Amino acid sequence: MESNGGDASRILREIETLKATKSEIEQRISALEAQLREIKVDHGNDAILNGSCPPISTNHSDFGHGLSPDMVYRYSRHLLLPTFGVQAQSNILKSSILVIGAGGLGSPALLYLAACGVGRLGIVDHDVVELNNMHRQIIHREEYIGQPKVKSAAAACLSVNSTINIVEHKEALRTSNALDIMSQYDVVVDATDNAPSRYMISDCCVVLGKPLVSGAALGLEGQLTVYNYNGGPCYRCLFPTPPPTTACQRCADSGVLGVVPGIIGCLQALEAIKIASTVGEPLSGRMLLFDALSSRIRIVKIRGRSLQCEVCGENATFSRLRFQEFDYEKFTQSPLSTSPLKLNLLQADYRISSKEYKEKIVNGEPHVLVDVRPQHHFKIVSLPSSMNIPLPSLETRLSEISSALEGESDEKGTNSRSGPQLYVVCRRGNDSQRAVQYLHKMGFTSAKDIIGGLEGWARDVDPNFPTY
Amino acid sequence: MGMAYGHNHAWESVFSFPIGGLELLCDSVKIHNVNVEPQDGAKKLDMKDLLTWVRGNLIKERPEMFMKGDTVRPGILVLVNDCDWELSGQLTTTLEDKDVVVFISTLHGG
Ligand SMILES: [Zn+2]
Repeated sequence: MESNGGDASRILREIETLKATKSEIEQRISALEAQLREIKVDHGNDAILNGSCPPISTNHSDFGHGLSPDMVYRYSRHLLLPTFGVQAQSNILKSSILVIGAGGLGSPALLYLAACGVGRLGIVDHDVVELNNMHRQIIHREEYIGQPKVKSAAAACLSVNSTINIVEHKEALRTSNALDIMSQYDVVVDATDNAPSRYMISDCCVVLGKPLVSGAALGLEGQLTVYNYNGGPCYRCLFPTPPPTTACQRCADSGVLGVVPGIIGCLQALEAIKIASTVGEPLSGRMLLFDALSSRIRIVKIRGRSLQCEVCGENATFSRLRFQEFDYEKFTQSPLSTSPLKLNLLQADYRISSKEYKEKIVNGEPHVLVDVRPQHHFKIVSLPSSMNIPLPSLETRLSEISSALEGESDEKGTNSRSGPQLYVVCRRGNDSQRAVQYLHKMGFTSAKDIIGGLEGWARDVDPNFPTY
Repeated sequence: MGMAYGHNHAWESVFSFPIGGLELLCDSVKIHNVNVEPQDGAKKLDMKDLLTWVRGNLIKERPEMFMKGDTVRPGILVLVNDCDWELSGQLTTTLEDKDVVVFISTLHGG
Protein backbone atom coordinates (compact mmCIF):
# COMPACT_ATOMS: atom_id res chain seq x y z
CA MET A 1 0.00 0.00 0.00
CA GLU A 2 2.80 2.37 0.96
CA SER A 3 4.62 1.90 -2.35
CA ASN A 4 1.33 2.24 -4.31
CA GLY A 5 0.74 5.63 -2.72
CA GLY A 6 4.32 6.62 -3.53
CA ASP A 7 3.91 5.51 -7.16
CA ALA A 8 0.68 7.48 -7.56
CA SER A 9 2.17 10.70 -6.28
CA ARG A 10 5.30 10.21 -8.40
CA ILE A 11 3.12 9.73 -11.52
CA LEU A 12 0.99 12.75 -10.63
CA ARG A 13 4.13 14.87 -10.22
CA GLU A 14 5.45 13.71 -13.57
CA ILE A 15 2.11 14.48 -15.27
CA GLU A 16 2.18 18.00 -13.80
CA THR A 17 5.75 18.56 -15.03
CA LEU A 18 4.93 17.25 -18.51
CA LYS A 19 1.80 19.42 -18.74
CA ALA A 20 3.79 22.52 -17.82
CA THR A 21 6.48 21.67 -20.39
CA LYS A 22 3.81 20.98 -23.02
CA SER A 23 2.15 24.38 -22.57
CA GLU A 24 5.53 26.14 -22.68
CA ILE A 25 6.41 24.35 -25.92
CA GLU A 26 3.04 25.27 -27.43
CA GLN A 27 3.55 28.93 -26.57
CA ARG A 28 7.06 28.85 -28.03
CA ILE A 29 5.73 27.30 -31.26
CA SER A 30 3.08 30.03 -31.53
CA ALA A 31 5.69 32.75 -31.03
CA LEU A 32 8.05 31.23 -33.61
CA GLU A 33 5.24 30.85 -36.13
CA ALA A 34 4.41 34.52 -35.70
CA GLN A 35 8.09 35.44 -36.25
CA LEU A 36 8.19 33.27 -39.36
CA ARG A 37 5.22 35.10 -40.84
CA GLU A 38 6.98 38.42 -40.25
CA ILE A 39 10.11 37.12 -42.01
CA LYS A 40 8.05 35.96 -45.01
CA VAL A 41 6.44 39.37 -45.35
CA ASP A 42 9.82 41.16 -45.11
CA HIS A 43 11.38 38.73 -47.56
CA GLY A 44 8.64 39.45 -50.05
CA ASN A 45 9.44 43.15 -49.84
CA ASP A 46 13.17 42.51 -50.26
CA ALA A 47 12.48 40.65 -53.46
CA ILE A 48 10.63 43.66 -54.82
CA LEU A 49 13.43 46.03 -53.83
CA ASN A 50 16.09 43.77 -55.40
CA GLY A 51 14.26 43.91 -58.66
CA SER A 52 14.12 40.14 -59.03
CA CYS A 53 10.35 40.46 -59.37
CA PRO A 54 8.79 43.01 -61.64
CA PRO A 55 7.66 45.91 -59.41
CA ILE A 56 4.00 45.48 -60.27
CA SER A 57 3.05 44.46 -56.77
CA THR A 58 3.39 47.22 -54.21
CA ASN A 59 4.38 47.42 -50.59
CA HIS A 60 1.20 47.00 -48.50
CA SER A 61 1.90 50.23 -46.65
CA ASP A 62 1.21 52.07 -49.90
CA PHE A 63 -2.53 51.53 -49.37
CA GLY A 64 -2.40 53.73 -46.30
CA HIS A 65 -4.07 51.25 -43.96
CA GLY A 66 -0.97 49.30 -42.95
CA LEU A 67 -2.56 45.86 -43.36
CA SER A 68 -0.25 43.14 -44.66
CA PRO A 69 -1.61 40.66 -47.25
CA ASP A 70 -2.01 38.10 -44.46
CA MET A 71 -3.98 40.61 -42.42
CA VAL A 72 -6.20 41.51 -45.35
CA TYR A 73 -7.02 37.83 -45.74
CA ARG A 74 -7.41 37.09 -42.01
CA TYR A 75 -9.76 40.03 -41.36
CA SER A 76 -11.43 40.03 -44.80
CA ARG A 77 -14.96 39.51 -43.40
CA HIS A 78 -14.51 42.64 -41.29
CA LEU A 79 -13.14 44.55 -44.27
CA LEU A 80 -16.19 43.55 -46.30
CA LEU A 81 -18.55 45.22 -43.84
CA PRO A 82 -19.43 48.64 -45.25
CA THR A 83 -19.96 50.08 -41.75
CA PHE A 84 -16.68 48.63 -40.45
CA GLY A 85 -14.23 48.22 -43.28
CA VAL A 86 -10.50 48.64 -43.49
CA GLN A 87 -10.34 51.86 -41.47
CA ALA A 88 -12.06 50.36 -38.42
CA GLN A 89 -9.93 47.21 -38.69
CA SER A 90 -6.82 49.35 -38.90
CA ASN A 91 -7.95 51.17 -35.73
CA ILE A 92 -8.42 47.83 -33.94
CA LEU A 93 -4.97 46.63 -34.97
CA LYS A 94 -3.45 49.77 -33.48
CA SER A 95 -5.52 49.65 -30.29
CA SER A 96 -4.77 48.26 -26.86
CA ILE A 97 -7.40 46.73 -24.57
CA LEU A 98 -7.06 45.49 -20.99
CA VAL A 99 -9.35 42.72 -19.72
CA ILE A 100 -9.41 42.49 -15.93
CA GLY A 101 -10.45 38.97 -14.91
CA ALA A 102 -10.01 35.82 -17.02
CA GLY A 103 -13.15 34.14 -15.66
CA GLY A 104 -16.70 33.70 -16.92
CA LEU A 105 -16.95 37.18 -18.47
CA GLY A 106 -13.32 37.49 -19.49
CA SER A 107 -13.19 34.13 -21.28
CA PRO A 108 -15.34 34.95 -24.32
CA ALA A 109 -14.35 38.63 -24.22
CA LEU A 110 -10.65 37.73 -24.53
CA LEU A 111 -11.21 35.15 -27.27
CA TYR A 112 -13.17 37.60 -29.43
CA LEU A 113 -10.77 40.47 -28.79
CA ALA A 114 -7.81 38.25 -29.71
CA ALA A 115 -9.59 36.93 -32.79
CA CYS A 116 -10.49 40.41 -34.07
CA GLY A 117 -6.87 41.56 -33.94
CA VAL A 118 -6.59 43.98 -31.03
CA GLY A 119 -2.94 45.08 -31.31
CA ARG A 120 -2.08 44.71 -27.64
CA LEU A 121 -4.32 42.68 -25.38
CA GLY A 122 -3.62 42.71 -21.63
CA ILE A 123 -4.96 40.14 -19.17
CA VAL A 124 -5.05 40.68 -15.39
CA ASP A 125 -5.77 37.76 -13.05
CA HIS A 126 -4.07 36.21 -10.02
CA ASP A 127 -6.13 33.02 -9.77
CA VAL A 128 -5.41 29.50 -10.94
CA VAL A 129 -7.75 27.41 -13.12
CA GLU A 130 -10.00 25.11 -11.10
CA LEU A 131 -12.30 22.26 -12.12
CA ASN A 132 -15.39 24.17 -10.96
CA ASN A 133 -14.49 27.04 -13.36
CA MET A 134 -14.68 24.90 -16.48
CA HIS A 135 -18.47 25.04 -16.98
CA ARG A 136 -18.32 28.76 -17.77
CA GLN A 137 -14.71 29.89 -18.17
CA ILE A 138 -14.48 28.51 -21.68
CA ILE A 139 -11.06 29.96 -22.48
CA HIS A 140 -9.36 27.41 -20.21
CA ARG A 141 -8.55 23.79 -21.13
CA GLU A 142 -8.53 20.89 -18.68
CA GLU A 143 -4.76 20.52 -18.96
CA TYR A 144 -4.38 23.97 -17.38
CA ILE A 145 -6.18 23.07 -14.15
CA GLY A 146 -3.91 24.20 -11.32
CA GLN A 147 -2.03 26.68 -13.52
CA PRO A 148 -2.41 30.48 -13.59
CA LYS A 149 -5.49 31.68 -15.49
CA VAL A 150 -3.42 34.40 -17.15
CA LYS A 151 -1.05 31.83 -18.60
CA SER A 152 -3.90 29.60 -19.77
CA ALA A 153 -5.85 32.51 -21.28
CA ALA A 154 -2.77 33.92 -23.03
CA ALA A 155 -2.00 30.54 -24.61
CA ALA A 156 -5.61 30.21 -25.81
CA CYS A 157 -5.60 33.73 -27.30
CA LEU A 158 -2.29 33.09 -29.06
CA SER A 159 -3.59 29.83 -30.50
CA VAL A 160 -6.47 31.81 -32.05
CA ASN A 161 -4.33 34.71 -33.24
CA SER A 162 -0.56 34.49 -32.97
CA THR A 163 -0.05 37.86 -34.67
CA ILE A 164 -1.18 39.99 -31.74
CA ASN A 165 0.73 41.05 -28.66
CA ILE A 166 -0.60 39.47 -25.45
CA VAL A 167 0.54 40.95 -22.13
CA GLU A 168 0.22 38.76 -19.03
CA HIS A 169 -0.36 40.59 -15.74
CA LYS A 170 -0.25 37.71 -13.28
CA GLU A 171 -1.19 39.70 -10.21
CA ALA A 172 -4.22 40.90 -8.30
CA LEU A 173 -5.26 44.41 -9.25
CA ARG A 174 -4.60 46.74 -6.31
CA THR A 175 -4.47 50.50 -5.84
CA SER A 176 -0.68 50.10 -5.83
CA ASN A 177 -0.44 48.67 -9.37
CA ALA A 178 -3.72 49.69 -11.06
CA LEU A 179 -2.55 53.10 -12.33
CA ASP A 180 0.59 51.60 -13.81
CA ILE A 181 -1.17 48.68 -15.50
CA MET A 182 -4.29 50.48 -16.73
CA SER A 183 -2.41 53.50 -18.09
CA GLN A 184 -0.84 51.22 -20.73
CA TYR A 185 -4.20 50.62 -22.49
CA ASP A 186 -6.81 52.56 -24.47
CA VAL A 187 -9.91 50.68 -23.26
CA VAL A 188 -10.55 48.76 -20.02
CA VAL A 189 -12.93 45.78 -19.72
CA ASP A 190 -14.14 45.03 -16.18
CA ALA A 191 -14.70 41.28 -16.02
CA THR A 192 -14.19 40.95 -12.25
CA ASP A 193 -16.53 39.44 -9.71
CA ASN A 194 -16.69 41.68 -6.66
CA ALA A 195 -17.83 45.12 -5.51
CA PRO A 196 -14.50 46.63 -4.32
CA SER A 197 -12.83 45.79 -7.66
CA ARG A 198 -15.67 47.45 -9.54
CA TYR A 199 -15.31 50.72 -7.59
CA MET A 200 -11.51 50.59 -7.84
CA ILE A 201 -11.48 49.98 -11.60
CA SER A 202 -14.05 52.69 -12.31
CA ASP A 203 -12.23 55.26 -10.16
CA CYS A 204 -8.93 54.42 -11.83
CA CYS A 205 -10.52 54.81 -15.27
CA VAL A 206 -11.78 58.28 -14.28
CA VAL A 207 -8.36 59.29 -12.97
CA LEU A 208 -6.70 58.07 -16.19
CA GLY A 209 -9.50 59.15 -18.56
CA LYS A 210 -10.12 55.65 -19.94
CA PRO A 211 -13.46 54.30 -21.16
CA LEU A 212 -14.67 51.29 -19.14
CA VAL A 213 -16.77 48.41 -20.47
CA SER A 214 -18.46 46.94 -17.42
CA GLY A 215 -20.27 43.60 -17.34
CA ALA A 216 -21.68 41.46 -14.53
CA ALA A 217 -23.49 38.15 -14.31
CA LEU A 218 -24.97 36.09 -11.52
CA GLY A 219 -27.43 33.23 -11.46
CA LEU A 220 -29.51 33.68 -14.60
CA GLU A 221 -29.11 37.43 -14.99
CA GLY A 222 -26.63 39.81 -16.50
CA GLN A 223 -25.94 43.55 -16.77
CA LEU A 224 -23.82 45.60 -19.14
CA THR A 225 -22.93 49.26 -19.59
CA VAL A 226 -20.08 51.56 -20.62
CA TYR A 227 -18.76 54.02 -18.02
CA ASN A 228 -16.65 57.15 -18.29
CA TYR A 229 -17.10 57.40 -22.05
CA ASN A 230 -17.35 60.73 -23.81
CA GLY A 231 -18.75 62.66 -20.83
CA GLY A 232 -21.01 59.83 -19.69
CA PRO A 233 -21.44 58.66 -16.08
CA CYS A 234 -18.95 56.66 -14.05
CA TYR A 235 -19.79 53.74 -11.76
CA ARG A 236 -19.98 56.08 -8.75
CA CYS A 237 -22.39 58.44 -10.50
CA LEU A 238 -24.79 55.49 -10.54
CA PHE A 239 -23.84 53.90 -7.23
CA PRO A 240 -22.37 56.62 -4.97
CA THR A 241 -22.86 54.44 -1.87
CA PRO A 242 -21.86 50.75 -1.86
CA PRO A 243 -24.66 48.24 -1.25
CA PRO A 244 -24.80 46.33 2.04
CA THR A 245 -22.49 43.30 1.93
CA THR A 246 -25.52 41.00 2.29
CA ALA A 247 -26.65 42.22 -1.16
CA CYS A 248 -23.33 41.33 -2.83
CA GLN A 249 -23.77 37.74 -3.88
CA ARG A 250 -20.95 35.77 -5.46
CA CYS A 251 -21.09 33.04 -8.12
CA ALA A 252 -19.32 30.70 -5.68
CA ASP A 253 -22.24 31.05 -3.25
CA SER A 254 -25.28 31.74 -5.40
CA GLY A 255 -24.36 29.83 -8.55
CA VAL A 256 -24.36 30.95 -12.17
CA LEU A 257 -25.52 29.31 -15.39
CA GLY A 258 -22.35 29.08 -17.48
CA VAL A 259 -23.70 30.57 -20.67
CA VAL A 260 -25.03 33.72 -18.94
CA PRO A 261 -21.62 35.36 -18.26
CA GLY A 262 -20.68 34.02 -21.71
CA ILE A 263 -23.37 36.17 -23.31
CA ILE A 264 -22.46 39.25 -21.28
CA GLY A 265 -18.74 38.69 -21.97
CA CYS A 266 -19.44 38.56 -25.73
CA LEU A 267 -21.33 41.85 -25.45
CA GLN A 268 -18.39 43.35 -23.55
CA ALA A 269 -16.08 42.36 -26.41
CA LEU A 270 -18.52 44.01 -28.83
CA GLU A 271 -18.60 47.30 -26.88
CA ALA A 272 -14.80 47.31 -26.55
CA ILE A 273 -14.45 46.70 -30.30
CA LYS A 274 -16.86 49.55 -31.07
CA ILE A 275 -14.93 51.96 -28.85
CA ALA A 276 -11.49 50.88 -30.12
CA SER A 277 -12.55 51.07 -33.78
CA THR A 278 -14.65 54.24 -33.27
CA VAL A 279 -17.57 52.57 -35.00
CA GLY A 280 -21.17 52.73 -33.81
CA GLU A 281 -22.73 53.99 -30.61
CA PRO A 282 -21.33 52.55 -27.37
CA LEU A 283 -23.72 51.65 -24.55
CA SER A 284 -23.00 54.77 -22.50
CA GLY A 285 -25.80 56.40 -20.51
CA ARG A 286 -27.78 53.21 -21.08
CA MET A 287 -27.74 49.83 -19.39
CA LEU A 288 -28.55 46.44 -20.84
CA LEU A 289 -30.36 44.04 -18.52
CA PHE A 290 -30.51 40.37 -19.43
CA ASP A 291 -32.92 37.91 -17.85
CA ALA A 292 -32.03 34.43 -19.15
CA LEU A 293 -34.94 32.64 -17.51
CA SER A 294 -37.62 34.62 -19.34
CA SER A 295 -35.47 35.37 -22.42
CA ARG A 296 -35.80 39.11 -21.97
CA ILE A 297 -33.30 41.82 -22.77
CA ARG A 298 -34.15 45.40 -21.94
CA ILE A 299 -32.06 48.47 -22.47
CA VAL A 300 -32.83 51.29 -20.09
CA LYS A 301 -31.79 54.91 -19.98
CA ILE A 302 -29.63 55.75 -16.98
CA ARG A 303 -28.59 59.10 -15.52
CA GLY A 304 -25.73 61.08 -17.07
CA ARG A 305 -22.58 62.22 -15.31
CA SER A 306 -23.46 63.50 -11.86
CA LEU A 307 -22.16 66.97 -11.05
CA GLN A 308 -21.99 65.88 -7.39
CA CYS A 309 -20.04 62.69 -8.14
CA GLU A 310 -17.14 62.38 -5.71
CA VAL A 311 -14.83 61.05 -8.38
CA CYS A 312 -15.85 62.54 -11.73
CA GLY A 313 -18.12 65.42 -10.62
CA GLU A 314 -17.64 69.14 -11.11
CA ASN A 315 -15.72 69.79 -7.90
CA ALA A 316 -14.20 66.35 -7.51
CA THR A 317 -10.62 66.27 -6.28
CA PHE A 318 -10.02 62.59 -6.81
CA SER A 319 -6.35 62.55 -7.81
CA ARG A 320 -3.91 59.72 -8.48
CA LEU A 321 -2.67 60.10 -4.92
CA ARG A 322 -6.21 59.95 -3.49
CA PHE A 323 -6.79 56.81 -5.54
CA GLN A 324 -3.64 55.10 -4.32
CA GLU A 325 -4.55 55.82 -0.70
CA PHE A 326 -8.22 54.84 -1.01
CA ASP A 327 -9.22 51.71 0.93
CA TYR A 328 -11.75 49.93 -1.32
CA GLU A 329 -12.17 46.96 0.99
CA LYS A 330 -13.12 49.26 3.86
CA PHE A 331 -15.37 51.37 1.61
CA THR A 332 -17.39 48.34 0.43
CA GLN A 333 -16.90 46.25 3.58
CA SER A 334 -15.88 43.30 1.43
CA PRO A 335 -12.57 41.76 0.35
CA LEU A 336 -10.92 42.36 -3.04
CA SER A 337 -9.76 38.78 -3.28
CA THR A 338 -12.31 36.04 -3.83
CA SER A 339 -11.31 34.03 -0.78
CA PRO A 340 -14.46 33.05 1.07
CA LEU A 341 -15.48 34.65 4.34
CA LYS A 342 -14.23 32.94 7.51
CA LEU A 343 -16.28 33.94 10.54
CA ASN A 344 -15.19 33.36 14.10
CA LEU A 345 -18.26 33.99 16.20
CA LEU A 346 -18.09 31.33 18.88
CA GLN A 347 -16.03 30.49 21.93
CA ALA A 348 -13.80 27.43 21.53
CA ASP A 349 -15.95 25.03 23.60
CA TYR A 350 -18.96 25.69 21.33
CA ARG A 351 -17.03 24.18 18.41
CA ILE A 352 -15.56 20.84 17.36
CA SER A 353 -13.32 19.87 14.46
CA SER A 354 -14.52 17.49 11.76
CA LYS A 355 -12.02 14.89 13.01
CA GLU A 356 -13.48 15.10 16.51
CA TYR A 357 -16.96 14.70 15.08
CA LYS A 358 -15.78 11.61 13.17
CA GLU A 359 -14.64 10.08 16.50
CA LYS A 360 -18.05 10.73 18.03
CA ILE A 361 -19.67 8.78 15.17
CA VAL A 362 -17.15 5.93 15.50
CA ASN A 363 -17.78 5.76 19.27
CA GLY A 364 -21.53 5.72 18.69
CA GLU A 365 -22.11 8.75 20.93
CA PRO A 366 -25.77 9.83 20.93
CA HIS A 367 -26.21 13.07 19.00
CA VAL A 368 -28.29 14.96 16.46
CA LEU A 369 -26.67 16.59 13.41
CA VAL A 370 -28.48 19.59 11.91
CA ASP A 371 -27.41 20.77 8.44
CA VAL A 372 -28.41 24.44 8.03
CA ARG A 373 -27.65 24.79 4.30
CA PRO A 374 -30.44 25.61 1.80
CA GLN A 375 -32.41 22.59 0.63
CA HIS A 376 -30.91 22.64 -2.91
CA HIS A 377 -27.43 22.42 -1.38
CA PHE A 378 -28.53 19.52 0.87
CA LYS A 379 -29.70 17.67 -2.26
CA ILE A 380 -26.19 17.82 -3.76
CA VAL A 381 -24.55 15.99 -0.88
CA SER A 382 -25.01 15.55 2.87
CA LEU A 383 -23.61 13.64 5.84
CA PRO A 384 -25.47 10.45 6.80
CA SER A 385 -28.40 10.85 9.23
CA SER A 386 -28.21 14.64 9.22
CA MET A 387 -31.46 16.61 9.29
CA ASN A 388 -31.82 19.60 6.97
CA ILE A 389 -33.17 22.78 8.57
CA PRO A 390 -32.09 25.77 6.44
CA LEU A 391 -30.85 28.69 8.56
CA PRO A 392 -33.72 31.07 7.69
CA SER A 393 -36.31 28.54 8.92
CA LEU A 394 -34.42 27.55 12.08
CA GLU A 395 -36.50 29.89 14.24
CA THR A 396 -39.77 28.18 13.32
CA ARG A 397 -38.46 24.60 13.42
CA LEU A 398 -36.83 24.41 16.86
CA SER A 399 -39.41 21.86 18.00
CA GLU A 400 -38.11 19.40 15.38
CA ILE A 401 -34.67 19.63 16.94
CA SER A 402 -36.12 19.11 20.43
CA SER A 403 -37.98 15.97 19.38
CA ALA A 404 -34.95 14.62 17.50
CA LEU A 405 -32.87 15.06 20.67
CA GLU A 406 -35.56 13.30 22.75
CA GLY A 407 -35.76 10.46 20.22
CA GLU A 408 -31.99 10.02 20.29
CA SER A 409 -32.02 9.97 24.09
CA ASP A 410 -34.78 7.28 24.17
CA GLU A 411 -33.02 5.15 21.61
CA LYS A 412 -29.48 5.21 22.96
CA GLY A 413 -30.29 5.62 26.66
CA THR A 414 -29.50 8.58 28.87
CA ASN A 415 -26.58 7.03 30.73
CA SER A 416 -24.14 9.53 29.28
CA ARG A 417 -23.72 12.50 31.60
CA SER A 418 -25.16 15.25 29.50
CA GLY A 419 -27.60 13.48 27.17
CA PRO A 420 -27.42 13.58 23.38
CA GLN A 421 -25.28 16.33 21.87
CA LEU A 422 -26.40 18.72 19.17
CA TYR A 423 -24.06 19.43 16.25
CA VAL A 424 -24.58 21.89 13.43
CA VAL A 425 -22.93 21.81 10.02
CA CYS A 426 -23.04 23.92 6.84
CA ARG A 427 -20.92 24.29 3.71
CA ARG A 428 -17.92 26.22 5.07
CA GLY A 429 -18.62 26.72 8.76
CA ASN A 430 -20.07 30.26 8.81
CA ASP A 431 -23.85 29.71 8.90
CA SER A 432 -23.34 26.86 11.38
CA GLN A 433 -21.78 29.36 13.80
CA ARG A 434 -24.70 31.75 13.36
CA ALA A 435 -27.06 28.84 14.02
CA VAL A 436 -25.17 27.71 17.14
CA GLN A 437 -25.16 31.26 18.46
CA TYR A 438 -28.94 31.36 18.08
CA LEU A 439 -29.46 27.83 19.48
CA HIS A 440 -27.57 28.67 22.67
CA LYS A 441 -29.72 31.76 23.07
CA MET A 442 -32.78 29.52 22.75
CA GLY A 443 -31.55 27.11 25.44
CA PHE A 444 -29.90 24.38 23.35
CA THR A 445 -26.79 24.43 25.52
CA SER A 446 -25.11 21.41 23.92
CA ALA A 447 -25.09 22.96 20.41
CA LYS A 448 -21.67 22.98 18.72
CA ASP A 449 -20.67 23.83 15.16
CA ILE A 450 -18.41 21.62 13.08
CA ILE A 451 -15.45 23.84 12.22
CA GLY A 452 -14.93 24.37 8.49
CA GLY A 453 -18.22 22.69 7.56
CA LEU A 454 -18.50 20.01 4.91
CA GLU A 455 -15.45 21.43 3.11
CA GLY A 456 -13.45 20.76 6.28
CA TRP A 457 -14.94 17.25 6.47
CA ALA A 458 -13.87 16.54 2.89
CA ARG A 459 -10.40 17.95 3.51
CA ASP A 460 -9.64 16.36 6.90
CA VAL A 461 -11.81 13.25 7.18
CA ASP A 462 -13.13 11.93 3.87
CA PRO A 463 -11.29 13.00 0.70
CA ASN A 464 -13.95 11.22 -1.40
CA PHE A 465 -16.73 13.42 -0.02
CA PRO A 466 -17.86 15.69 -2.90
CA THR A 467 -17.20 19.42 -2.60
CA TYR A 468 -18.81 22.09 -4.74
CA MET B 1 -41.80 43.60 -18.98
CA GLY B 2 -45.40 42.54 -18.97
CA MET B 3 -48.60 44.41 -19.74
CA ALA B 4 -51.00 45.98 -17.33
CA TYR B 5 -54.35 44.27 -16.97
CA GLY B 6 -57.05 45.71 -19.20
CA HIS B 7 -59.51 47.27 -16.79
CA ASN B 8 -59.42 51.01 -16.48
CA HIS B 9 -58.64 51.46 -12.86
CA ALA B 10 -56.74 54.60 -12.08
CA TRP B 11 -53.17 54.32 -10.78
CA GLU B 12 -52.66 50.83 -11.98
CA SER B 13 -48.95 50.16 -12.11
CA VAL B 14 -47.13 47.15 -13.38
CA PHE B 15 -43.88 46.73 -11.65
CA SER B 16 -41.25 44.12 -11.47
CA PHE B 17 -38.04 43.00 -9.79
CA PRO B 18 -36.39 41.45 -12.80
CA ILE B 19 -32.70 41.60 -12.06
CA GLY B 20 -30.60 40.89 -9.04
CA GLY B 21 -32.55 38.55 -6.84
CA LEU B 22 -34.89 41.13 -5.30
CA GLU B 23 -37.79 38.84 -6.15
CA LEU B 24 -36.54 36.58 -3.37
CA LEU B 25 -37.80 39.18 -0.92
CA CYS B 26 -41.37 38.73 -2.12
CA ASP B 27 -42.10 35.03 -2.57
CA SER B 28 -39.97 34.75 -5.75
CA VAL B 29 -42.52 36.69 -7.77
CA LYS B 30 -40.81 38.94 -10.30
CA ILE B 31 -43.71 40.77 -11.88
CA HIS B 32 -46.58 42.29 -9.94
CA ASN B 33 -49.62 44.00 -11.39
CA VAL B 34 -50.85 46.30 -8.68
CA ASN B 35 -53.49 48.92 -8.05
CA VAL B 36 -52.32 51.56 -5.63
CA GLU B 37 -54.50 54.43 -4.43
CA PRO B 38 -53.00 57.87 -3.77
CA GLN B 39 -52.72 58.59 -0.06
CA ASP B 40 -54.72 61.05 2.03
CA GLY B 41 -57.07 61.94 -0.78
CA ALA B 42 -54.22 63.27 -2.91
CA LYS B 43 -54.93 63.45 -6.62
CA LYS B 44 -51.65 61.98 -7.77
CA LEU B 45 -49.60 58.96 -6.90
CA ASP B 46 -45.84 59.37 -6.69
CA MET B 47 -42.90 57.03 -6.20
CA LYS B 48 -42.78 57.76 -2.47
CA ASP B 49 -46.35 56.45 -2.17
CA LEU B 50 -45.51 53.40 -4.26
CA LEU B 51 -42.43 52.54 -2.14
CA THR B 52 -44.48 52.81 1.04
CA TRP B 53 -47.09 50.55 -0.49
CA VAL B 54 -44.51 48.00 -1.71
CA ARG B 55 -42.85 47.86 1.68
CA GLY B 56 -46.18 47.35 3.40
CA ASN B 57 -47.73 44.89 0.95
CA LEU B 58 -45.10 43.00 -1.03
CA ILE B 59 -41.83 42.71 0.86
CA LYS B 60 -42.19 39.54 2.88
CA GLU B 61 -38.79 39.42 4.56
CA ARG B 62 -35.67 41.47 5.27
CA PRO B 63 -37.03 44.94 4.33
CA GLU B 64 -33.49 46.32 4.77
CA MET B 65 -32.57 44.49 1.55
CA PHE B 66 -35.00 46.77 -0.29
CA MET B 67 -35.19 50.06 1.57
CA LYS B 68 -33.06 52.38 3.66
CA GLY B 69 -34.87 55.25 5.31
CA ASP B 70 -37.70 56.35 3.05
CA THR B 71 -35.96 55.40 -0.21
CA VAL B 72 -34.44 52.32 -1.81
CA ARG B 73 -31.20 50.97 -0.34
CA PRO B 74 -27.84 51.73 -2.03
CA GLY B 75 -27.20 49.48 -5.04
CA ILE B 76 -30.79 49.47 -6.32
CA LEU B 77 -31.65 51.29 -9.53
CA VAL B 78 -35.23 52.38 -9.97
CA LEU B 79 -36.61 52.64 -13.50
CA VAL B 80 -39.91 54.24 -14.39
CA ASN B 81 -40.88 53.23 -17.92
CA ASP B 82 -37.31 52.12 -18.67
CA CYS B 83 -35.83 55.41 -17.44
CA ASP B 84 -33.64 55.98 -14.39
CA TRP B 85 -35.79 57.74 -11.77
CA GLU B 86 -32.96 60.26 -11.26
CA LEU B 87 -34.13 61.73 -14.57
CA SER B 88 -37.75 62.10 -13.41
CA GLY B 89 -37.32 63.35 -9.83
CA GLN B 90 -36.70 60.21 -7.76
CA LEU B 91 -39.27 59.96 -4.95
CA THR B 92 -41.32 62.82 -6.40
CA THR B 93 -41.77 61.09 -9.78
CA THR B 94 -45.49 61.16 -10.54
CA LEU B 95 -46.94 57.86 -11.69
CA GLU B 96 -49.54 57.53 -14.39
CA ASP B 97 -51.96 54.73 -15.12
CA LYS B 98 -50.14 51.64 -16.44
CA ASP B 99 -46.67 52.93 -15.71
CA VAL B 100 -44.03 50.23 -15.47
CA VAL B 101 -41.70 50.49 -12.48
CA VAL B 102 -38.67 48.22 -12.30
CA PHE B 103 -36.28 47.73 -9.38
CA ILE B 104 -32.83 46.45 -10.24
CA SER B 105 -30.23 45.31 -7.79
CA THR B 106 -26.74 45.85 -9.17
CA LEU B 107 -24.77 42.64 -9.82
CA HIS B 108 -21.07 42.16 -9.10
CA GLY B 109 -20.48 38.58 -10.16
CA GLY B 110 -18.56 37.38 -13.15
ZN1 LIG C 1 -18.95 59.80 -11.50
